[in-house]
Formats: sequence, C-alpha cells, structure tokens
Amino acid sequence: MLIELEQIHKVYHVGEVDVPALQDVSLSVARGEFLAITGASGCGKSTLLNLLGCLDQPTAGRYRLDGAEVSGLSWSELARVRNSRIGFVFQSFNLLMRQSALENVELPLVYGPPIPAPERRGRALELLARVGLADRVHHTPVQLSGGQQQRVAIARALVNRPALILADEPTGNLDSHSGHDIMTLFHELHAQGLTIIAVTHSDEIAQAAQRIIRMQDGRIL
Amino acid sequence: MMAILPLRIALRALRRNKVRSSLTVLGIIVGTAALIAVMAVGQGASVMVREQIESMGSNMVLVFPGSMRTGGAHSGAGGRQSLTAADGDAIAAECPGVVAVCPVIRSWTQVVYRDNNWRSMTQGVTPSYREIRGWSMQGGEFFQEADVRGATRVCVIGGTVADNLFAGEDPVGKVVRLNSMPFRVVGVLARKGTAAWGQDQDDTILAPATTVARVLEGSPFNSVSQLMIGVATAEIVPDVIQDIESLLRQRHRVRTPEDDDFTVMDLTEITETVTQVSRLMTVMLSVIASISLLVGGIGIMNIMLVSVTERTREIGVRMAVGASPRDIMLQFLVEAIVLSALGAVVGVALGAGAAGIISRVNNWPVLVSLSSIGLAMLFAGLIGVFFGWYPAWRASRLNPIECLRHE
Repeated sequence: MLIELEQIHKVYHVGEVDVPALQDVSLSVARGEFLAITGASGCGKSTLLNLLGCLDQPTAGRYRLDGAEVSGLSWSELARVRNSRIGFVFQSFNLLMRQSALENVELPLVYGPPIPAPERRGRALELLARVGLADRVHHTPVQLSGGQQQRVAIARALVNRPALILADEPTGNLDSHSGHDIMTLFHELHAQGLTIIAVTHSDEIAQAAQRIIRMQDGRIL
Repeated sequence: MMAILPLRIALRALRRNKVRSSLTVLGIIVGTAALIAVMAVGQGASVMVREQIESMGSNMVLVFPGSMRTGGAHSGAGGRQSLTAADGDAIAAECPGVVAVCPVIRSWTQVVYRDNNWRSMTQGVTPSYREIRGWSMQGGEFFQEADVRGATRVCVIGGTVADNLFAGEDPVGKVVRLNSMPFRVVGVLARKGTAAWGQDQDDTILAPATTVARVLEGSPFNSVSQLMIGVATAEIVPDVIQDIESLLRQRHRVRTPEDDDFTVMDLTEITETVTQVSRLMTVMLSVIASISLLVGGIGIMNIMLVSVTERTREIGVRMAVGASPRDIMLQFLVEAIVLSALGAVVGVALGAGAAGIISRVNNWPVLVSLSSIGLAMLFAGLIGVFFGWYPAWRASRLNPIECLRHE
C-alpha cells in the first residue's frame, strides 16, 4: 500500500470552539491507483487532501506513506517528504508569476538534494516537452493560457519523480476544452503507473478515476 | 538547498522592486557613510596629535598662570596674570636639567604691509624660543638677545603671514605695521603646518618679549602668558616638573598644591588631553551616526515585513514543493543582509568621499582606516541580520495551507 490512513481525526480550533473537520477516516490507496474524492464543499475533502499532502498534521490517527510513518514528523521533515514523495496540482495553478515556466518546473529540485544546474534544467525541459510545452519554456505564466499554466504545474509536480500526485480541482479554473486536455494528461500519467488522488466536483474526473470516495461531514461514506 | 540559491532569489526579489530596495538601502547608506566620515575625522585628529608630539619633541615643559585643578573657586589656566618673567629667570637659574626658558607674551595684532593686512597672534619671545621649538628659518635670521634687551621693533613672521602680506615678495628687511607700530621683518620661519589642535602654526609673528609688552600691550615686561621650558632629555621631564612646581610654590608663597596659581604641563599631558577630547567627540558622533544606522535597520525590517505579506502566496508555493521553514527563513534573511551589505558598501565609499571633502574644505586631517571600514561593515551586517531576523522568522512560521489560500 502506498497510503495507509488509520482513524484520522482533524479538529480545528476556531476561537473557543472546536470544529471537527475529519472524523475517523481510514483509507488505503494502492500504488498506481487513480482515486477521486468528491463531496459537497465543507465535507472535509480539502482537509483530507492537505493531510495526505503533508501540508498539515492530523489531530489523532496514523498516516503511513510509502511504508514510512508521517504523522508526528516536524515541519522540516514534512517539507522533505513533500519534496521527495508528493507532487501538487492546484486549482489556481500556484505558479510563481515572475518566473519562467522552466524556472517554475525547476523549483522543487532547488529544495531537494543538491543537483547540478544543467541536470536540473535538463529534467525540467524534458517534462515540459512531455506536457507539450517545449516551445514555451521561457514564457512566464501571464504569457500562458490557463490550460498551459496547469500543464506547467503538472510538469512541476512530476519533476522530483514523486510517488503520489495530489490534485485539488485541477480543471476547476479551466474551460471544458483545456480541462479535457488536462484529464487526458492525467490518464497518460496514470497509465504510466503514477498514483493520483484528485479532489473534485467534476463528474468527468470522477468517472475517469478507478475508485471514487464520497465524503460527508468529515467522514467517508 | 544550495548556498548560492538564496542569494539569487534575494537579488531577483530586490531587482523586482528597484525603487523600494534603493530607498531602503538609502537608510543604511546614510548611516554607514556618517559613521565612516565621523571616524575618519576623529582618527585623523588622533594621528595628527601623535605626529605633532613626535615633531615637537617630548622634552618641553609649559607653565601657565592660573590653576587647572578642579574644586574650589580657581580660575582656569591663563585666567590670572600670576606668572612673571622673573619666575622664568628663577627656573632657569635654579632647576637642574633646564637648558632654556622662554617667556611668551601673546597679543592679537593687525599686521599691515602696504595694501595688505592680516590679523594674527604676535608672540613676544626670546631667541631661546627657536631653540626650544627646534624651528629653523626659511629666510633671514631670528632676532638676538640684544633686541630683547633693547626692546627693538623687529619681528620674525611665519609662512602664512608671509603669504598673506607679501605675496611672493621677500619679506626680509621690509617694514610692516603691527597695530600701527612699524616693525622691521628680520626673518621668515620655516613652515610647520597645522598643529594637532587645528591651529595653523605658521600663522604667527614672533617679536622680542620686551617689545611686545611695552609697545603692543603698553605695560612693563613683567607678567607672561606662558613660560616655555626646554629640558635636557625626555627622561628627566617628570623630575623637572616637580622642581618647577616646588620652586614656584616657594616664590608665590603657596602652601598646598591645591592653592597653586600656576599649571605645569609637559607635552604628553597636553597631547593626552587633546587626544582624549577628540576621542570623546569621535565616540559621541559615532553613537549618533550609529543611531541613524539603526533607523536604517528599522526601515529594512519594515520593508521585509511588507515583502513577506506581499509574497505570502509565493511562500506557500515554495513550502508546498518542499521548502522547509529554514529555507524560507534563509531566503528572507539573505534578502535583508543583501540590502544592508549593499548599503554598507555604498555607504563606506560615500563616507570616505565625504571625509575627503571635509578634509579639503576645512583643512582637517582625516584618516579612513581599515578598522573603521571593517567596523562599519560589521555593524551594518549585524543590523541586517538583527532586523531581518524577525520578518524572516515570521515568514518561516507561516502555515502553507493558509499561504496558498492567501489572495
């Protein structure tokens, strides 16, 4: 199993009040799976994604990623896990606006174990070619369309050869045509053996996934 | 993260906001420049004092009328006319180790030669003055003992006076008017330059003490402004000072040192006083300059806090792809240090330039020492670290999820 969640609880403290965001969530994801998480907004799916992405820690419960215990790690250690194991694809792309596509894709390598600059650049160029942007490597995000920006983000997510891609509404900000292109790209990546977990409202993505998890009030249905 | 990378990120971020970065740096520039200039002037003065002492020789003792001791209601040195030429004669006769004594009477005079006039200090002295000061002549001769005995109207002028009155003409043999009284110029002194205390030593006129007393001051040759005493060797200076003090106490009927109506000083003492004063001034002004550097540091902190807020989203992205809190901290800290280091480098250059201009305009000696540059750079660097720390720390403590949600 790539991911094993055991009885995960997450409680947010808002002032004096404790707001439970996740309750007793247990989940296993096998390597190579394409999983979609759906549910109404506020159901806890974003919280779950943040926990899976090591951007947050559970209040209680255990999380093993790739056989290693992740819950209880320090912020620095979580950063290292994110850097080496996880690639993020966000709804709003989250690219650095003043840097070129190439520099954006190189970014995760900068924070990883030292790699010579030419190799960094080579890997980034290779991935940009793979997402079909070989002729756009020096463009900044403002010079790219939404779909192109999302493809840069996917290239960035792949550059550290992660075990897991986490996508948060990856087509939410795109027109249907671009969204379709992105979905095709996810399919290809999945076909090549990558594990993908996507949070989505979109039926198209949900249908494309092998497994759909529905959430309500912080629980998996 | 590699060491060079935070630097590149910082430079890129600073280039992005050129105006803002330059204004922030300006605070550090002004502070560093002020610090460098102040230290240059102060250290220049100190070095000058030391050089002066070496050139003057350390075997000279000065006696001033009046007491410099604090406590009681004493007037300061020179405050009373309690020192006489006879005291000088007694010192010459009775104190072993004294090789020459020269009474000095000072008088401000208007000097006129044809259309030119100049205001200068005329010092009434004896020929032993030249011997004690070790002052050579540029032209003509010093006046003689006979001139002192006869109170003749002759004078010797310094280089500055010669320049201002004669403009290239040879002054020797010419007649100048000191406060309307005609004096014949018998010699021109070799140039000595500026003294440690900022006085132009060449801006002086020397005339027989008797002549100055009678002709310029209109009084008999009796009380003096100062006694200048040459001692055989520097080693016996402390002994000679003691001898002079007990002799003068006897002559002035002073019972305890507290009641002294005179002050005996050797040059090292004078130098120490001057050096101490200049050092104190340097420290005080440096503190003020440091405060402006501190203000510059607060400017850096302010801008860094703004920058962290502006770039919250960027921080979130960097954290999501694997930047640790330490990486983020380093990024902003390096940015602050680059700002202050840049300011320090420009400030040092500007401060050194300002010191050069100060020295040229005011004719002050200045010295931009390596240690002062090092000190200013170190201080600016520390300011950068100190004021960059808090914004950087805040950036590193941000929650990536909230950062990514930040608009």
